Amino acid sequence: MSTIQTEAAVYSAVQSVVGSLHMAHTEWKDAPGLPDFSLLKRLARDQLIFLLEQLPGKKDLFIDADLMSPLDRIANVTILKQHEVDKLYKVELKPIVSSSDQLCFLIRPRIQTVKWISDLVNADKVAGRFRRYKIIFTPQKFYACETVLEEQGVYGDVTTDEWNFYILPLDDDILSLELPEFFRDNFLEGDQRWVTTAGSALRLLQSVYGSFSKVYGIGRCAKMVYESWRELMEDGEQRTRQPEFAKVFLVDRDVDFVTPLCSQVVYEGLVDDLFRIKCGSVEFGPDVTSSDKSIKVMLNSQDKVFSEIRNEHFSNVFGFLSQKAKNLQTAYDKRRGMDIQQMKAFVADELKGLKQEHRLLSLHIGASESMMKKKTKQDFQELLKTEHSLLEGFEIRECITYIEEHINRQVSMIDSLRLLCLLSITENGLLSKDYRSLKAQYLQSYGIEHLLTFANLRQLGLLEEQQAGETLTVMESKVGKLVNDKTVGKLTDAFSSLAKKSNFRALSKRLALVPKSGEEYDLRVPRDMAYVFSGAYIPLSCKLIEQVLERDGWTGMEEVTRMLNGQEFAVTGGSSSSEARSKTDAQRIVLVMFLGGCTFSEISALRFLGKERGCRFIVVTTAITNSSRLLEALLDNSA
Amino acid sequence: MTRAKPEDDEYWNSSKFKAFTFDDEDDEFSQLKESKRAVNSILVDEDEDEDDVERVSWSGEPVGSISWSVKETASSIRSGSEQSFPKIDTTPSLSKQGSGYSLSSLFKAKSKPGAFQSFSESFSDTSFRTYAPELRKPKSDGKDFVSDLSPEETVRRMQKGRPFSLEKFRSLQDKLLLLDEAVAVYDGNVITAVLIFLKKSLSKEILFRELMARDVALRHYVHYLKEMGEQKLLVELLKALGRTEDMALMHYKEHLNIKDEGRRRDFLKSCLSLPFSQDDATHVQDHYTLLERQIIIEASDKKADAEIFKKFPRKASILNMPIITTLYYSCFYHYGESEGTFSSPSNIRKTFRISEKQYILTALGARAKLKSWFDVDSLFNTKNWLGYTKKKSPIGFHRVVDILHKNSAPVQVLQEYVNLIDDPDLKLSGALKYKCHDVVINTYRDLKDRQQLIVYREKLERDSPEYRKIQELLNNVQIRWKN
Repeated sequence: MSTIQTEAAVYSAVQSVVGSLHMAHTEWKDAPGLPDFSLLKRLARDQLIFLLEQLPGKKDLFIDADLMSPLDRIANVTILKQHEVDKLYKVELKPIVSSSDQLCFLIRPRIQTVKWISDLVNADKVAGRFRRYKIIFTPQKFYACETVLEEQGVYGDVTTDEWNFYILPLDDDILSLELPEFFRDNFLEGDQRWVTTAGSALRLLQSVYGSFSKVYGIGRCAKMVYESWRELMEDGEQRTRQPEFAKVFLVDRDVDFVTPLCSQVVYEGLVDDLFRIKCGSVEFGPDVTSSDKSIKVMLNSQDKVFSEIRNEHFSNVFGFLSQKAKNLQTAYDKRRGMDIQQMKAFVADELKGLKQEHRLLSLHIGASESMMKKKTKQDFQELLKTEHSLLEGFEIRECITYIEEHINRQVSMIDSLRLLCLLSITENGLLSKDYRSLKAQYLQSYGIEHLLTFANLRQLGLLEEQQAGETLTVMESKVGKLVNDKTVGKLTDAFSSLAKKSNFRALSKRLALVPKSGEEYDLRVPRDMAYVFSGAYIPLSCKLIEQVLERDGWTGMEEVTRMLNGQEFAVTGGSSSSEARSKTDAQRIVLVMFLGGCTFSEISALRFLGKERGCRFIVVTTAITNSSRLLEALLDNSA
Repeated sequence: MTRAKPEDDEYWNSSKFKAFTFDDEDDEFSQLKESKRAVNSILVDEDEDEDDVERVSWSGEPVGSISWSVKETASSIRSGSEQSFPKIDTTPSLSKQGSGYSLSSLFKAKSKPGAFQSFSESFSDTSFRTYAPELRKPKSDGKDFVSDLSPEETVRRMQKGRPFSLEKFRSLQDKLLLLDEAVAVYDGNVITAVLIFLKKSLSKEILFRELMARDVALRHYVHYLKEMGEQKLLVELLKALGRTEDMALMHYKEHLNIKDEGRRRDFLKSCLSLPFSQDDATHVQDHYTLLERQIIIEASDKKADAEIFKKFPRKASILNMPIITTLYYSCFYHYGESEGTFSSPSNIRKTFRISEKQYILTALGARAKLKSWFDVDSLFNTKNWLGYTKKKSPIGFHRVVDILHKNSAPVQVLQEYVNLIDDPDLKLSGALKYKCHDVVINTYRDLKDRQQLIVYREKLERDSPEYRKIQELLNNVQIRWKN
């Protein structure tokens, strides 16, 4: 029951470590270095150890399945064993076999899990068995969960605690809350339970790394998170540390659904789409490793091969890997004609590095090859062509036919849904007859129970039927705008294509998200963020960030924010701006928080933007997402 | 499939999306393959660092010592200069749900009695606190007074996980003030906590009525009931709110929890009378009919001993499969049965209003899988008024070829269908892809493209019939080549 105090203790502990903070070494000449986020891991680990020590003696530990990978990143079995954890189990919501007298549960605050624990306790009671039980909720506990303990009559038999493991650094510039359920809970169910969590994560960052000079944001949730963060900071102690981030940008996932629904073609994104990167690590199967076993690999900036190709468009990766292979061969060839001394030096200094590189290189070549095979099988080109047409608003009928055939052939259920959603968002809803026919065919192909999925998608505005009145609204806003414009030429233009004009189209036009077709786009020398989608589309989320940073606020973007349903804000930080800080590295670090998840393509786009502008972005996200994860969160086709 | 379609090539090469193809024949791919071979052929002694890759971790952090104790470092708190955290101003604020309807707004001013303020501030003001002694100190501060706190104070305490009491919120007015306050601080955890309290202390009619005007609280309540599995109450709530379609869907969703197919079917039947939207009502009716049919088919096929079942034993039951899968199954095992039987393709097609295009695609897949090329042919054969048979298809023949190829149709069959592709470019690319030499050769001949013929000849085996055919064509002086 000492959660608040524990948290406070950790915060104060931060103080002692803060002194040892140092900036990671600058990577680019003109780019600022990044704060050292490994500190966050240390804090989380130390708090966990503290909590385990609160339950002295041998104990069995039950861990939620989705907490295992995050836990792996900050602690290991040895550490747990050192703190008298006897056996480790995965929470499976089934009866348990444990002979321990103390059971500890490390779980996300979910009602279902707590119900399961209550049942265990009650079963023990019936069997006359005495044990001690402790639940450690992470990142925080919820009253609803405690109520379950109370209702099941085990409150008191079970003690509870909180492990405030808010942020897991996945890489130098990626911080994750590892809360994929944030998306569905917040945007579909309208449950704001994670708002405070996100606020607390920001407070943690601010406590450890210092304050900021400006906060921008857009979205309902972003606003709430900001308010929650503000309240937390007003309650807590204030610090006058040099800021390590200049600016913070908060953005709701539902501001931009188009980007996460597009196929990813940047290497890291493609790996995620095809192999699913989990907590910064991926498992390559036998088809990649050309052996009979799978290999788990960490994918981050420490992997020298990966760090050079992760942000590249896939088409550039082959050339790069080939060149790399040649260099490697040359380096190995040096061995020939060496005398003993030279060979000794070679083995001591270079061989290990070469071998490491060799291994990584063959893995990534294997992965590329496997991706090519999978993608050719799936008619990837046709799929991309359809996506690009949808983004451009070009040959929509052909797109519908393609989607229809995709459904008819029962190819990937998620891809079909993804294309339907893209169609709906870019076209501002489907014509009634198209909606009905496509929905009927979808249910025939993938199961009628998906009508529940369709209800979810409609509620979220991802897949809608155009309403009769809608055209009128569009016309009104259009006319309203034109009256201001007073450009007669545009008037006729607008009227002729009235029915089809949607917010995405208007936004896309306004922000120039889709480059003019017919222009050459050299993917080897990207000229803007559109390269992450083969030059066909600049991610809306990233474009907004770029524009707001450029303008230092939302001024001049009134029309854009109106089309995005408002909820934008910009506030200047409390830290005195009079101090001559503008030249420090920190001023060029921007923290971007995605509420509801962000994709690797967006991260790559921001890295590109950072290079262009001589600043660096740190992405804080509730979870890494992609089209499959986003849509799977909205499926309702199984119990 | 037809990834080498010329139209695609044009798309990739002439537009801005240049230089990105996933083509097998692509130079870069072969380059990649070569690199792979090169890399793999480099001889290195595989030694103990075999699993280096698995061990890579980017934080090279050593295991922190536990002596780094929480309590020892706790006293170093600096109380910094008071800089207030900026509020979002000017921009439109979030709508505070329900405040327009509720009494709470009227009473808000009264709710902070001065007498308690100083007391409560002594708890919330943390700037002078040192945390260390608190670590093991029970959280008993002010327990006797918590029942006298205002809604604001109570909600604040709840947010911070401090002791609180909801007992004193007895009048409806007070309860709603508390709820509105929780909503006003955006804390979903606290909103739900207050709702649980209201659920226990208010009749559901009154609670439902009040929730109607409070959307944020309502959504939290619905989600809470969902998570608690309080299906009945949820259905009642949605009904009371007049959200009948949502209620129907919510009820229908229950079928997913029923494992036994007979009970599931009966449940679906009971769903038929629910107030679905017109569209969904049809779908639910289909769902019931489908499962009813599947149960009948499953019962008879489980013990079926027809040749086809022996030759291709069923891998799974047909129960709960989608309509199209059922159609495929029926085209596979029950092809040619009369429309009168439930398991016949024609019956399924008719019952579920399956489009011609969809039917042909599915039947084609099933018959091709069985290599019944005769059945495949008859799917497309139509007789014109002169009695000649002609092949027609509602789907492009390039798709047909693709499906046939995926089911490893022989070249003769493929060739016939490749020839039926209308678009000459698609036809050529299909022929090239599926190695229908005759079609390729004839197309180049018709294009009078000597160069391409020569190139193609090099890919063929010397003295094969195709090779000789090209040879003959090239020697034919009658043809006026364009190159």
